[in-house]
Amino acid sequence: MTIKEIAKELNLNVFCGREGLENKVTGGYVSDLLSDVMGNSEAGQAWITLQSHRNVAAIASLRELSGIILVKNNEPDEAMAKQAEEEGIPVLGTPLSAYEITGKLFQLLQG
Amino acid sequence: MNTYRADLHIHTVLSPCGDLEMSPVNILDAAKKQNIQIIGICDHNTTLQCEVIQKIAGKYDIMVLPGAEVTSREEVHCLSFFPDTDSLNNFQQYLELHIPHIPNDIDKFGYQLVVDEKENICLNYPWLLISGIDQTVDQISRKVHSLGGIFIPAHIDRPKYSLISQLGFIPPDIEADAFEISRHTTTEAMVHLAPWLKNKTFIRSSDAHYLQDIGRNFSQFHMYERSFIEIKKALNNEDGRKVTL
Repeated sequence: MTIKEIAKELNLNVFCGREGLENKVTGGYVSDLLSDVMGNSEAGQAWITLQSHRNVAAIASLRELSGIILVKNNEPDEAMAKQAEEEGIPVLGTPLSAYEITGKLFQLLQG
Repeated sequence: MNTYRADLHIHTVLSPCGDLEMSPVNILDAAKKQNIQIIGICDHNTTLQCEVIQKIAGKYDIMVLPGAEVTSREEVHCLSFFPDTDSLNNFQQYLELHIPHIPNDIDKFGYQLVVDEKENICLNYPWLLISGIDQTVDQISRKVHSLGGIFIPAHIDRPKYSLISQLGFIPPDIEADAFEISRHTTTEAMVHLAPWLKNKTFIRSSDAHYLQDIGRNFSQFHMYERSFIEIKKALNNEDGRKVTL
């Protein structure tokens, strides 16, 4: 499944990084500790977090993640949006909690 | 030029995790015993214990740098210091505005007490001080600098509540006067990890929560006299002033 299809299925807002909407999603990674994501995430995963610092976009790019899903109505701050745009990393958003959106994404990818 | 020993990261009885023995008088006694000439008072998310300590520090010939250890929205700990009472009070209002109103559970987290020079309790601070405030690292740094203050990310190499643990790596454009490192690393190791810190100043301090920890780690400030302006210059490597470990 692509990020674009997931955004449609799960009603996610697309904030920026549209260039990467066709990225293939191979799984998910849920963490708000950026050092953890840097060390343990795998390429192709969608990253579910509430952090909206610009380092989120940098680490997503470094780890070749398929996209970022910000939970609980968080939005990328200006610096993060700029970096995500430059790196072509799609940043999506949902009003749901990490628990809820993770459950939905898991179901969708398993199905 | 003179050299002064500074321990810029000391908690008091106001921090829930600070020992009850960390009263203004006891802290100054301990610092004097360790031959520390400048102390930074930085409780979690509050500056309310600074005034009393400043008031009585003269007798000890110790300079007090008043401030707080702020927990950002990303849960990064940042030391912030201020030049005068007005800027300190302004920053206290900012903290009050942005701290979440989660009541402190004394049994779980410990007492949060403001005490006077005779160790009488003046205030039992109601909100849990170790929460993250609703402001990002960058917003806090901007606020501190707008008040003429000093901004130092705390223990950046530690696996908890540090720039590196929370944000993965040190943001190259972060506006900091210096960076605090723990005794577990060196300046060289940090610069190797983040080459953009090459010309930055590093400090070491005790992060004391108990009296016996005060002065355990310290930094040496090379400058003309003990004043806020001189300290800020030393941290920023200006006019021949500098800090060594």
